[in-house]
Amino acid sequence: MKELIAIPLLSLILVFQMAIISRIPLLGGYADLMLVAIAAWSLQERVETSWHWAILGGLLVGWTSALPWFLSLSGYLLIVLLARIMVRRLWQAPLIAIFILVFLGTLIVHFLSIFVLRLMGSPLVIGDVLSIVTLPSLFLNLYLALPALPIFRDLAVWVYDIEDEE
Amino acid sequence: MKSSFPRSLQTTIIFLVVGGILALALGGYFSPVSNLFSASLVSVQTWVSTRYITIRNFFNAPSDILSLQQRNAQLEAEISGLQTQVIQLQQQLTDTQVLAALVDFSQANPESIYKAASVIGRDPSPFLHYIIINSGSNDGLRRGMPVVTNQGLIGRIDAVIADAARVQLITDPASAVNIRLQSADTDAVLVGSVTGDLSLEMISQDVKIQEGDIVLTSGLGGDYPPDLLVGQLFNLRKRDYELFQEASVQSTVDFSRLEIVLVIMNFKPIDITPLTPEEIP
Repeated sequence: MKELIAIPLLSLILVFQMAIISRIPLLGGYADLMLVAIAAWSLQERVETSWHWAILGGLLVGWTSALPWFLSLSGYLLIVLLARIMVRRLWQAPLIAIFILVFLGTLIVHFLSIFVLRLMGSPLVIGDVLSIVTLPSLFLNLYLALPALPIFRDLAVWVYDIEDEE
Repeated sequence: MKSSFPRSLQTTIIFLVVGGILALALGGYFSPVSNLFSASLVSVQTWVSTRYITIRNFFNAPSDILSLQQRNAQLEAEISGLQTQVIQLQQQLTDTQVLAALVDFSQANPESIYKAASVIGRDPSPFLHYIIINSGSNDGLRRGMPVVTNQGLIGRIDAVIADAARVQLITDPASAVNIRLQSADTDAVLVGSVTGDLSLEMISQDVKIQEGDIVLTSGLGGDYPPDLLVGQLFNLRKRDYELFQEASVQSTVDFSRLEIVLVIMNFKPIDITPLTPEEIP
């Protein structure tokens, strides 16, 4: 039952994203709270609902954004897939894992957005977009990833009644 | 042993000696000695007095600190309450100033019917320049309605739900607005960019333009009503080998600080898609 916390939490994250974070740009980019939250949640070892989080978060962002709805959905699903691979097969150093995941996730979502927007006829110049939007967004997302990891670890401990080993 | 002087004589001699000493002292003959004495006395009194006050304060202090702490807490509470009031009043003043400007604008342009709405958010994607306003179809808003402020055009409604609407700003990379230059009396296309800069395209090479020229909507294409203020020209680029001139436009609106906007309710965009000739393969 505690898993249902995802609905109000992701809705709140979306509200924060649109009302506050989107008004604090660094050059042309800003942080993607939803991406960081889904990445941090997916890296928690015993979490079983990360796919649900990606679908819910992707649909919420797709519903409010002028981007096609499937774009954020597919981007967040790819992030969860990447996170599952990292958790199971690569290593379990969570801090390095979240940095790599957020870095790759931001690039995935941004390249998908650029690709789709260009297909839709938006005249985006790749060089400008990468330097003005993607790089600052990367920096902000990595900055937010640092506090996100312990916050979502505590949330996972609460949701799944995990004994805190530390 | 019995004294050789009678007792009364002894008393008289003592009085005479004391009186003589007093007389000498009053005459100033003992002033160094009296100064030393008085200085010592003052020092001792000062020391005793200081220690007494310290000890008295030590015993009285707890009650004073308690009352001071209570008073301090009261004053701090009053200050924080007043600060909250000041912030609220400043916000109300700002809102009132913005609304007054918007009312002035609507009175100056009585041909349109306006609906004021607050900006409550921005698009989550950094690639797009859209805002979310807190009025929707329940308030009569429809897709395509132009959105302005008292400073000029900002965009048009892109999507509507019951209580909110999404507005595509003219700075959005996918936005294209047909405009005319007031002084040159020529048409061109205003396009946005991912950085939020505005630029003019499709200006004929033979048209003379200069920095500071006023940019207004032309109304062509049916997306926007004519003669809405957009901005001023600056940074002109004219190359002989290109078909058209280009120029940057300084908008009259600060898009990063949008708070309240006006939706033009009585403008219906015209869909000219059926009139557009289809491409022959």
